[in-house]
Amino acid sequence: MEAFYYLIYTLIKILIIVIPLMLCVAYLTYAERKVIGFMQVRLGPTRVNLSIIPIIGRIRGFGQPIADAVKLMFKEIMIPTNADRFLFVIAPVLAMAPALAAWAVISFADGLVVSDINAGLLYILAMTSIGVYGVIVAGWASNSKYALLGSLRSAAQIISYEIAMGFALVGVLMAASSLNLGEIVLAQEGSFLHWFWLPLFPLFLVYLISGVAETNRAPFDVAEGESEIVGFHVEYSGMLFAVFFLAEYANMILIAALTTLMFMGGWLSPFQGIPILEPLFAWVPGIFWFFAKVSTVLFFFLWIRATFPRYRYDQIMRLGWKVFIPITLVWIVVLGILILMKLPPWFA
Amino acid sequence: MMKAVANYIKSLFLFELLKGLNLTMRYLWEKKITIQYPEEKTPQSYRFRGRHALRRYPNGEERCIACKLCEAVCPALAITIEASAREDGTRRTTRYDIDLTKCIFCGFCEESCPVDSIVETRVFEYHGEQRGDLLMTKEKLLAAGDELEEQLAADRALDAPYR
Repeated sequence: MEAFYYLIYTLIKILIIVIPLMLCVAYLTYAERKVIGFMQVRLGPTRVNLSIIPIIGRIRGFGQPIADAVKLMFKEIMIPTNADRFLFVIAPVLAMAPALAAWAVISFADGLVVSDINAGLLYILAMTSIGVYGVIVAGWASNSKYALLGSLRSAAQIISYEIAMGFALVGVLMAASSLNLGEIVLAQEGSFLHWFWLPLFPLFLVYLISGVAETNRAPFDVAEGESEIVGFHVEYSGMLFAVFFLAEYANMILIAALTTLMFMGGWLSPFQGIPILEPLFAWVPGIFWFFAKVSTVLFFFLWIRATFPRYRYDQIMRLGWKVFIPITLVWIVVLGILILMKLPPWFA
Repeated sequence: MMKAVANYIKSLFLFELLKGLNLTMRYLWEKKITIQYPEEKTPQSYRFRGRHALRRYPNGEERCIACKLCEAVCPALAITIEASAREDGTRRTTRYDIDLTKCIFCGFCEESCPVDSIVETRVFEYHGEQRGDLLMTKEKLLAAGDELEEQLAADRALDAPYR
């Protein structure tokens, strides 16, 4: 009986995270279209309105993600004749599941976490690595040369950037001397200058850019490259394609949350340690700061997409192997020296 | 040497990328130029070349004298004219067809017309639901001309100083 209640309790916790996350994914697509539209001096979606709802209904085009979702659900799912049906259907799930599973160890505020495990960072690394199987399996199961080559291309890209990302995380765990995400955040307590973005600045940049590359987003989106190149999901349509799409955006939010936790002080108030502002904003709950920081990082992702042209594939590989990995390696050594010197205020 | 070092430092600190980000951020706040089409429309020139019409004189007589200059000049061969003498002895068209599916809206027919009979109107929002709907016959063209005569005359008057 005890075990049963535990199961129910855990399921409820999972639902509390996954359902709002899916909504966030839906509205991230809306935000993306709006932000990119505005940066291109356009308006973005304005036509689907939810005028029944009082205040939100006045935002033009607010129903667009819902309309998109309904459209995709009604589309036919085509499975190519020679495709491996089981793998073909399971591949989007393989891409989606790790992006959701990783949220188990994300702490939204002090103690507000589904499972407070000590190896949180390792778990994150493991989960984000599994995501690449979805890509490979999708390319293989499609039984199409374009999908296969596309999947190899993006798998190589994801794996390459995972190395730089992993090294950036090594820097974080050195600085925090803990693998638990909650403790990593608490190690950044003090003021916004105590957050790890400052002592780990190169790693912060590497992590952020690798995060963009890892999620196959512009300017590293050779996986889809709408206009000139085909990727691993050429053969996918309807809801199966939508799941890949959801996985991409869920991954984006995940990367933003991780960046927030590891480099931007998680749920800590940015006004901490500032004389007048700190008591003034003391009433704001930590979870608000967490979401504000995640939104900022997400906006940065959209901003990047609206600004930069797509990288050439060899340039992507060069950046990953010849620039990012050396930078992280050098900075880990520098960081080790800083920690040994007990450099205040971070490592005192 | 110094230049290479400066370039290296610039690229390491993503200087050009920050410039790009700055630009897009500035455009984020710019006034949007989108025109919400069915509700809002762009201004139209009086020289706009849309669907055709055949005009009449104020006394109701059709202008076209079947000189077939438009038929001859039409680069898309969209115009077909047949002519014969009317009872009063004047030369008139018995058939004046414009195939809008062939027409490229170059406006040469309008330019070539010695009596300002065939004109292109400002109408551009039209469609055909059946085959033949986009084949303009003499009746349809004259009806369009009658309907739009006021606008057509005003537009011709505006353009007159440049002719």
